[in-house]
Amino acid sequence: MSDGLRIQARLERPGFALDVDTAIPLEGVTALFGRSGCGKTTLLRIIAGLEHPPGAELHFGNTVWQSGKTFVPLHRRRVGLVFQESTLLPHLSVRGNLLYGYKRTPEPLRRLHLDEVADLLGIDELLERRAEALSGGQRQRVALGRALLTSPDLLLLDEPLNALDTQTKREIMPFLARLSEETGIPTLLVTHAPDEVERLAHRVAFMHQGRLERLEPLREALARADSPLFRDEGAVSVLQGELGPPDEHGLHPFGPPEARYRVPTTPGATNGAGNQARLRIDARDVSLALTAPEDVSILNILPVTIESRDEAPGHHGPARVLVTCRQDDGQTLMAELTRLSTERLRLKPGTRAHALVKSVAFLD
Amino acid sequence: MFELSPTDWMAIEVTLKLAIYTTLILLVIATPIAWWLANGRAPGGLRTAVQALVALPLVLPPTVLGFYLLVLLGPAGPVGSTLESWGLNHLAFTFQGILIASVIYSLPFAVQPLQQAFANLGRRPTEIAGSLGAGRMDRFFTVILPMSRGGFIVAATLAFAHTLGEFGVILMLGGAIPGETQVLSILIYDHAEAMDFASAHRLSLGLLIFAFVVLFVVYAINRRFDTVRL
Repeated sequence: MSDGLRIQARLERPGFALDVDTAIPLEGVTALFGRSGCGKTTLLRIIAGLEHPPGAELHFGNTVWQSGKTFVPLHRRRVGLVFQESTLLPHLSVRGNLLYGYKRTPEPLRRLHLDEVADLLGIDELLERRAEALSGGQRQRVALGRALLTSPDLLLLDEPLNALDTQTKREIMPFLARLSEETGIPTLLVTHAPDEVERLAHRVAFMHQGRLERLEPLREALARADSPLFRDEGAVSVLQGELGPPDEHGLHPFGPPEARYRVPTTPGATNGAGNQARLRIDARDVSLALTAPEDVSILNILPVTIESRDEAPGHHGPARVLVTCRQDDGQTLMAELTRLSTERLRLKPGTRAHALVKSVAFLD
Repeated sequence: MFELSPTDWMAIEVTLKLAIYTTLILLVIATPIAWWLANGRAPGGLRTAVQALVALPLVLPPTVLGFYLLVLLGPAGPVGSTLESWGLNHLAFTFQGILIASVIYSLPFAVQPLQQAFANLGRRPTEIAGSLGAGRMDRFFTVILPMSRGGFIVAATLAFAHTLGEFGVILMLGGAIPGETQVLSILIYDHAEAMDFASAHRLSLGLLIFAFVVLFVVYAINRRFDTVRL
């Protein structure tokens, strides 16, 4: 696959213009992130072949999807589509839905089969049910399975969790997270929810007013204070590390010795001890101290180096400041403080400090 | 009382044949028109114009439609004379002629329920089917048709029933040739004109009952599909 997915498209609609020229790597999950109306769904539809903007150029690896007069229609692009609302065909059973695309996939191209996909998505019990008898979360899992069973070259997910309640979302997230990893199918995920990006994506394409402003690895997107991911819900840090077995207090060590956390886990939150895990830390739950405090209840106190001070994202005005810190293992930790505190402590780039982390949450 | 004459039977046959052919042709013609009206991407002005054109037979006096078709399809008309120059017959006073007229006359009755059904369906199911590898025809038969079944049943029944009741257009274009263009409604008129009220009454009552049954079935189906959709 050379050059990934190359897109060059312009589209004008009343009150809206899309102008994109980019190349998206064809591996892992790429999130298309932006507010509603920024054009992310339109871009997805162009990639799928559901929109046909004249003059657009679209190359999938070495395959031309659109160029000049060439236009490969949707049913020949081999893309899997999942939308936010239920799209199961109501006149077919769950099995009928799952096999609709499978039957239309030429046999040599079938890499995924009913049993493994039903198993992967936990829908083996539902096969004989009518599509209408399923809950919202079950429908989305079946829709995912149906798309997977065409063994697509590319999976396009348009806000697949948006119509679901928080509980159901939490149920489906792990399935989505496993999807691209276990099937190896490159995935484009349209979303406006930062937590979905943090949880699922390997890289993010930020869209704003019809333009793709930036395409960067998730790690980088989470390491800059002005990241659009932080705009609505505040800054967060996502730390990658190894989770060890619990000590006598029931706390698990996380991360290397120079940046070690001790965290309680909840059953099911991780795949058990001795695994790679990701911690999500809200910048508002991090305080800074110049000397290591002895008599506080906070367990996780880590040495850090101040990297930069920026205005906090959101609508706090100048009163709050986002401090980007570097842990001793090189990972970024964000702390949101009042401007007054940073001035009192004289925090500057290069200052050594101690980060007091009040609470953490697991991502996987 | 229900003894029917050979002429009556012939009219019944012509009427049924006309209604069945009209319905079949309409299902083929009305489906793409209705899809285009419901989901097409043409500019609004063009769409409105086609919508109005399709609905025209609803408001136009049947005699107006019949008159223009007579002019068009008759020996002096552009279509009729072209056919004659090819060694074929013109279409005035023929079964083919009234079939064409019926198709045009009943077009709105087939297009409108289908358009409604397709609008309810939206584009999403066909987009999904396309992404699953189904081509256009495949999509039509495996997704659109089963999902708009109710619309198709209503469209077919209304087109059929409406053709049964056709009078003015056929009178203008087809006259009353037994076995060719004399349909029931025309024959009833002829019976009444000849003061044969008993014969007129037999056919009229039969048609009345038939029409009621047809509409009853349509509304029953309509209700069933509505509740399913809700």
